[in-house]
Amino acid sequence: MTVRINGEQRELEDATTLADVVQSLVEQAERGVAVALDGDVVPRSEWESTTLSDGAHVEVLRAVQGG
Amino acid sequence: MNLGGRPWRSRLIMGTGGFRSLEELEAALVASEAEIVTVALRRVDTTRSTASPLDVIDRLGLFVLPNTAGCYTAREAVRTAHLAREAFETDWIKLEVIGDDRTLYPDAVELLAAAEQLVADGFVVLPYTNDDPILARRLESVGCAAVMPLGSPIGAGRGIDNEHHIRLIVEQAEVPVILDAGIGTASDAAQAMELGCDAVLCASAIARADEPARMATAIRLAVEAGYEARRAGRIPRRLHAEPSTSPLGLAELGEHA
Repeated sequence: MTVRINGEQRELEDATTLADVVQSLVEQAERGVAVALDGDVVPRSEWESTTLSDGAHVEVLRAVQGG
Repeated sequence: MNLGGRPWRSRLIMGTGGFRSLEELEAALVASEAEIVTVALRRVDTTRSTASPLDVIDRLGLFVLPNTAGCYTAREAVRTAHLAREAFETDWIKLEVIGDDRTLYPDAVELLAAAEQLVADGFVVLPYTNDDPILARRLESVGCAAVMPLGSPIGAGRGIDNEHHIRLIVEQAEVPVILDAGIGTASDAAQAMELGCDAVLCASAIARADEPARMATAIRLAVEAGYEARRAGRIPRRLHAEPSTSPLGLAELGEHA
């Protein structure tokens, strides 16, 4: 399936979870990381149980210096 | 200062944007004696290994205030606030909804809509707003925990363009007024406090100074000085001189021309 992660198209195996995606991007799911699936926030407690489907749009965000 | 239902010792809130390094950020945070510091959320970038400002903030035991910088609509800002709540385990949000990238002025319509929604969602909302007394009143009336008018545009360093507007906002506000944006140097921060602001939020003036930690010290002292001056009550401005030494008992030592 094809999933858009932080603006880039990625081919992922079926049954990939949000937790898998986060782990592929950050060393550890440290404080300051948040995930949106199709625009809506997904609580950390649901990353493991949320499987992605074709065409999903994932944003993985972290704390940066600002404002 | 009481803000968001909690007492704070410091009246200087620091932004973390624009620092050349985390070392400079840390030194400036220490010098500022700020307790509240802002951070932003951006996409994880695996091509760059950037250390997180959170490491510094957590090590110093400071309170994280996430912002919604970069949002142009209420919808984006509300979603970003919810993401920040998840990321930082806080209900506090510095709400920014800007109208264009040339002025970075807030979009009043979107800002008010986002503020109303976030208050309903249980957030402690600190809105970055125009120096518009009517908008400030509307933000307060929908339940914002403070109002944060700009002195001049973000990063402009012009200080306070319209002190009358800041005075009008201070005069009517029953929540803390925090001057946010436009501070260029210490005297601007002192002026904000002399006008009656409860606190100052400062990023660029410190981050982009030649010596950020030294400027953080200067602005901390200016905030304290301005606050004390406000409480002390300044003398009125006059057109004519008023002698500080009494003319009573003056000796007669010659003719006046």
